[in-house]
Amino acid sequence: MIHVAVQRNAIDLPVEMARAEMAGAGAVVTFTGLVRADDGVDTLELEHYPGATEAALRVVAQTAVDRWALQAATIVHRVGPMGPGERIVFVAATAPHRGAALEACAYLIDRLKTDAPFWKRETRGGEASWVEARETDEAAAARWQAE
Amino acid sequence: MTIEMLYFAWVRERVGVAEERVNPPAEVTTVGELVDWLAGLDDAHADAFAERGRLRAAVDQAFVAFDTPIAGAREIAIFPPVTGG
Repeated sequence: MIHVAVQRNAIDLPVEMARAEMAGAGAVVTFTGLVRADDGVDTLELEHYPGATEAALRVVAQTAVDRWALQAATIVHRVGPMGPGERIVFVAATAPHRGAALEACAYLIDRLKTDAPFWKRETRGGEASWVEARETDEAAAARWQAE
Repeated sequence: MTIEMLYFAWVRERVGVAEERVNPPAEVTTVGELVDWLAGLDDAHADAFAERGRLRAAVDQAFVAFDTPIAGAREIAIFPPVTGG
């Protein structure tokens, strides 16, 4: 089962965990991305490409389900303004055993960072700026193609 | 051929609009040529499309390279490298 969502409202962990814990599953591995509270960011705003974003996330999730024979994959991503400590993204991989779930969870977050059209704009001390893409994100996504 | 252009993040801010309809001449056949043609429209477009290396594109919502043909395209988006997650 695949669940992807792009939403302005807060990510509800109990709801998302309940969705990920399927009958018959032996392992659920999750990743939560938060707005960092330790480097001076006052607000973070996420923009996206409506329609294209949801489709891209669905491709990432379906590829993980096929590659690791997952029982479920979840990707939930915030858009709009948020503050330090808030959840930006939640991913979950549900499988019969932990090996597949651990690998698939890493795959989901690595791929979505380069394959889905989201852009971050951060405000520090009243100055807003667009966050530049990181080469380390490209490298993390690319490692899954090398194997 | 009328194409619906979409712009995101700082590309949107520099062009000054989130979307616009354009009618490029027939000799514009690829995404890269379209970007070059758009850059010639006015100062705002020129500023937005000055650095090709900092731009990415999607044709009908699929990420593509700049040598991709635009024949038959309905919607083309131009934007910076993505930074989600």
